[in-house]
Amino acid sequence: MDATPNEMMTIAAARALKNDDVCFVGIGAPSAACNVARLTHAPDITLIYESGTIGTAPDTLPLSIGDGELCDTALCTVSVPEMFRYWLQGGRISVGFLGAAQLDKFGNINTTVIGDYHHPKTRLPGGGGAPEIAGSCGQVFITMAQTKRSMVEKIDFVTSFGHGDGGDARRKLGLSTKGPTLLITDLAIWQADPETKEFTVASLHPGVSREQVQEACGWKVKFAAQLEQTPPPSKLELNTLRDLQARTKAAHSGKGSR
Amino acid sequence: MAKFLSLKDAVAENLHDGDIVAFEGFTHLIPHAAAHEAIRQGRKDLTLIRMTPDLVYDQMVGMGMARRLVFSYAGNPGVGLLRRLRDAIENGWPNRPEIEEHSHAAMANAYEAGAAGLPCAIFRGYRGVELKRVNPNIKSVACPFTGEELAAVPAIRPDVTFIHAQKASARGDVLVEGIIGVQKEAVLAARRAVVTVEEIVPDFDDVHPNACILPCWTVAAIAQVTGGAHPSYAHGRYERDNAAYLAWDEISADRTRFAAWMKANVLDVGPDVFAGRIAGL
Repeated sequence: MDATPNEMMTIAAARALKNDDVCFVGIGAPSAACNVARLTHAPDITLIYESGTIGTAPDTLPLSIGDGELCDTALCTVSVPEMFRYWLQGGRISVGFLGAAQLDKFGNINTTVIGDYHHPKTRLPGGGGAPEIAGSCGQVFITMAQTKRSMVEKIDFVTSFGHGDGGDARRKLGLSTKGPTLLITDLAIWQADPETKEFTVASLHPGVSREQVQEACGWKVKFAAQLEQTPPPSKLELNTLRDLQARTKAAHSGKGSR
Repeated sequence: MAKFLSLKDAVAENLHDGDIVAFEGFTHLIPHAAAHEAIRQGRKDLTLIRMTPDLVYDQMVGMGMARRLVFSYAGNPGVGLLRRLRDAIENGWPNRPEIEEHSHAAMANAYEAGAAGLPCAIFRGYRGVELKRVNPNIKSVACPFTGEELAAVPAIRPDVTFIHAQKASARGDVLVEGIIGVQKEAVLAARRAVVTVEEIVPDFDDVHPNACILPCWTVAAIAQVTGGAHPSYAHGRYERDNAAYLAWDEISADRTRFAAWMKANVLDVGPDVFAGRIAGL
């Protein structure tokens, strides 16, 4: 029962969450990781989606951030202005979990455009909740599959601010939150360097080499002096993820469309 | 006072060419039937405001109705990109709308400011973010007490807001349940509001005292359209048609296929088709 690189990524990301975290969940890969955490080692974690659902526990992964099951299983559902004002801006969220279309080594995220903003080569969806999630959550975890095109030296547009050009850039902007501290990819776990804030590989997933990590990354990768190996997924973790994805697939193909 | 009208009359009386209009619903309760009626009536030069343009604005943009778009997340949620909107922005087909892009926090705050009768919204946001560089409507103010620099955006004040909701009472009060999103703020921020509802009931005597209710005197017109949010959903009535959202990715990928779909499913039909679309959901 070998895990695929994507499964390893999701499970490694899930492990980063703690039982007492209050987590603002981005859609896609973060949503899978957060729910695996809730279904394994962190049953009491509070998951919050930007649609206003607080303490939600969906049986299947939502396709959108506002699927009905999020509300059905939530402790309570508040309006979207309240979500962003009282709960996010008010400092109630310990972890924001985001994905990225383009990422640089200081955790700045682009989900807006490839190319020039006014004449884009590819128009992406944009920021949604992410710019203020990145600013107001206690810390930010990022999860994404590695490619040279997505992990680049310079991103085309700063949708969500990470550490700018590194060091104390956040403090200079008046941001008191930690920003991106952890990056979980399909190949490795990266931590932001305490001083420079550059993402540094802390742990390689089983069977992954340093060369593979560098080949799938557009900047020159730094590795920790004490490089660790990510423990492989346990049977429980892998079964939990696969069951969740099977339930999700069945649920989303329910009704045909006109 | 809310008037009970057919959807056709409700849209004709309240939406005019050149209007600033919000069709709101945060993934939930998106007023698809009302938007389809606006498409049939051929409204144009609209400023379309929505936090998440979703399929509904992809369709309106693809039909060439938008002069300007105000939004904070232009994706097909969980599926990917909005292909008609992309074609408009990247290639100018069928026209190139102006865009004013924000974050969710900014738009949620801006609706709230509109509802509160304030000229602008102030919040902690946009720090280090490039939207500030490309959107002249994102500015900063210093807190007069602490000096903290805060973001400011203009209040949203639509000429008309359309929402969908579960119920209206016989006198025209409106009940919104589930993910309430910005439904209340978008209605109270607007000069006129039109609501489509799943059902009209005699009264709200059995409703929880803290329910989200819009009194009849905040709404211009109500039209009953069963299934009127499809492929979005109405909590407690029918679920989101996620398969339809997935299918839209293919339908919208091609201009000809899109046009054929719009003709068959919007232009050549009326609001009663929505009831059939939610069967089995």
